[in-house]
Amino acid sequence: MSQVERLRGTAPGKRHNARTVAALTGNPGCTRRAVLDAAGVDKVRLAERIGFPGAFGQSRFALARGNAFEAMLKADDCALLRSTLGAYVGGYEDLGADEDDTLSARHTRTRALLRSGAEGLLDHPLLTLDVAGQTVFLEPDLIAYQNGSQLQVVEIKSFAIIDGQADGTAVSSAAVQAAVYVLALRRLLGDDRVSHEVVLVCPENFSMQPVAVVLDVRKQLSTLKRQLSRLASVSSLIESLPPTLSFDLAQPVADLVSSLDTLTARYAPECLSACEMSVFCRDEADGRTELLGRPVREALGGIETVGEVLALAAGTREPEPDQVEAATLLRAAQRLRDEAL
Amino acid sequence: MSTLVALARAHAFAAGRAQPITTVRHLHVHDRPLVLIPLAMAGEANAPLAAMLGSSPADARLLVVSQPRNRDERFTFFADLAEAVVPYLDSFAGATEAVPVDRGRDVRHRFVDAPQIWVPNPGGADFLRLLGRSTRFRRTDGDFPVPASVPRLGQWLTFLASSAEVPGSSLLVNAVQALGQHWATGQSAAEDAHFGSLFAWITEGVEAAREAENGPVAGPATDPAFDNEILAPLITAADPALTGVLRELLTPTWERMWKSIELLRDLPAGARVGSRWDSDRDAYSAYVEHLIEDGSPQPRRDGAVAAAARLQRLENAATRYAVQRAFDDPLVMAEHRLTGQAFGAVVTLAKADRIDDSGKRPVLRPRIMVATSEAVRVEPGAALTSPARPAQKAKVISVTPGATSTDVVLELSGGMGRKLVAEPGSVPEVGEQLLLTTLSEAYRPGAAFPDPDDTPWTHGGPPARPSVDADDQ
Repeated sequence: MSQVERLRGTAPGKRHNARTVAALTGNPGCTRRAVLDAAGVDKVRLAERIGFPGAFGQSRFALARGNAFEAMLKADDCALLRSTLGAYVGGYEDLGADEDDTLSARHTRTRALLRSGAEGLLDHPLLTLDVAGQTVFLEPDLIAYQNGSQLQVVEIKSFAIIDGQADGTAVSSAAVQAAVYVLALRRLLGDDRVSHEVVLVCPENFSMQPVAVVLDVRKQLSTLKRQLSRLASVSSLIESLPPTLSFDLAQPVADLVSSLDTLTARYAPECLSACEMSVFCRDEADGRTELLGRPVREALGGIETVGEVLALAAGTREPEPDQVEAATLLRAAQRLRDEAL
Repeated sequence: MSTLVALARAHAFAAGRAQPITTVRHLHVHDRPLVLIPLAMAGEANAPLAAMLGSSPADARLLVVSQPRNRDERFTFFADLAEAVVPYLDSFAGATEAVPVDRGRDVRHRFVDAPQIWVPNPGGADFLRLLGRSTRFRRTDGDFPVPASVPRLGQWLTFLASSAEVPGSSLLVNAVQALGQHWATGQSAAEDAHFGSLFAWITEGVEAAREAENGPVAGPATDPAFDNEILAPLITAADPALTGVLRELLTPTWERMWKSIELLRDLPAGARVGSRWDSDRDAYSAYVEHLIEDGSPQPRRDGAVAAAARLQRLENAATRYAVQRAFDDPLVMAEHRLTGQAFGAVVTLAKADRIDDSGKRPVLRPRIMVATSEAVRVEPGAALTSPARPAQKAKVISVTPGATSTDVVLELSGGMGRKLVAEPGSVPEVGEQLLLTTLSEAYRPGAAFPDPDDTPWTHGGPPARPSVDADDQ
């Protein structure tokens, strides 16, 4: 049994997808998340088990609309999708449903089809990407199509583009996810075979009419590559963890919490919308300035705890040599605040 | 994030209670505001699920779309919303007052009051903007006719949403921003975005805030768990209980909205809040006039010239708002003192009758020397003003740092009357405490923009004539 399997325990592993890879790169300094994800631990259930459930879920209305939009595009041999993409795009091949037992077969078939270089649309391909020393399977709900000599990633999303504008958060997360696919394809086929321009297909205005826009994901790609290379050390980190460490959900809560304590987290308020463990980490970070957000922490001179900040501001504590500048600023701020109130 | 606000957050964390970050209120609070809490259907682009609205706490009206995918129901909702909101907006287009323009040579008229709509959060304001976009082009004739009030509602919502982007405007207020400008909580800005949690930090403290996090959301997005477990079965079964469920969901937010308005109303208003509300009344009056005379809906996107002009107006408004807040409020000014953009000083020497006769005509140019122990980050030649005498400019002549304090020599101009002898009290006297700052309330002239027909090619050239799309939805 490998260390990774021991960490996960008896539960089946959670697979990475583009979303989790994207989230991983959002907070690359967080060892806790990197290790839990690498081991495939079910973080939703882990957080629930230790009493810090988060609200992560998708509304079935949103899912239904997303599925309806996709089905509409792919109906009749992708007739609507083809007309939206505005070009003849060859055949259409669906590689099948998202199932565990067909993984390797689908991956082999994906590789063969992509390498053959035939023009056409490819649905449900299975790609692999090396994340933190682990090979993860990516099951993009995407269609890659051959356009001239280059392969292009098509990403179908159900958020609306209204008068040429869409929700910024939705677009940037779509761009990061598409960049994950582009990177996986490039690792498989070589950089020059895959375009850095991805096609985003969304409903236009308040209708279900699709519209295609081209996104340049070069920036997301370079961020992703840099962060993935930093994550490379996670597998050696996992090897160095004590062999008794486990996140098996069958353990008592106290043991799970003490296991979590051995992994250093780097909490930031942004985690609350991205990571299932965030409520636990927030509780753990109690009293520390990162709880108030990165801009606040910086404005407070990077001092570690709220207690220290207030003591320095009140002048009841001698600053460490590296805190002198921050302490002067805090004392001046406290004096001005007292004066004005 | 200024260090002062960050420090207030640290204090709030330690106290378990939000801390004030202003000494006065910086927005206008209406006597008769309209509170509007929109709720959206997940997944759809701007499909309304419900809205709770009214202009008094006891008079909450709930509009519900029981089958959100049904077009007819959606348009009934728009018509009902228009019927509830448009009369409120129109009701201020009554009594007018005359305002002198062109240095008193002419007058123009503006309404003595204007509407004020409160939504819980920025998402609510954004939802209204999209609602405006989806209704202002609707036709009152043709295949899917709508009542005339629907496109009118769309125009009004578009007007309100775009005025909400103007810093310091109080026509469309979101409670999260309004509260967050006056109190700092002991949590992050991301968590403050939850209206219930922010409100609880101010009124009850940290424990109540943590509880509120798991309480009902303030819209427009609903909680996925609520969608899946409660809403979906009710909609599928077309259950009439839906209205009651939504009322229960929205009522806590409704009550918090009115309490927030009271909380803010109880703060003393800043001296310049009134003049900003005057600008809001100007904007309202101008839009009423537009609706009467022209009535065309706002374009889907601004042309290049209109966009550039608007951006400049927004930048000017942002600067004006920042300066006015500082001038109104010593605690906001303290942020500028901390960064060296302002300093408190005491007058040590004053020569009030100094005349500068080096030019064609002799002019009154008193000089004063002030001493300060604060950091002074100004150069000779810089122009300073003091909130106590906003019409007077003080030019920095010299800055002499000493062992414990810095001496600054200033030459004064303006705000002393027209004679060669200063009006009594217009020149600071020895011993007077002064606050001096590089911030200036001086009028910022608008830049010159070309006529839209002369739009340069770099900006797409002259716009095509607007075509009327009948089929647009």
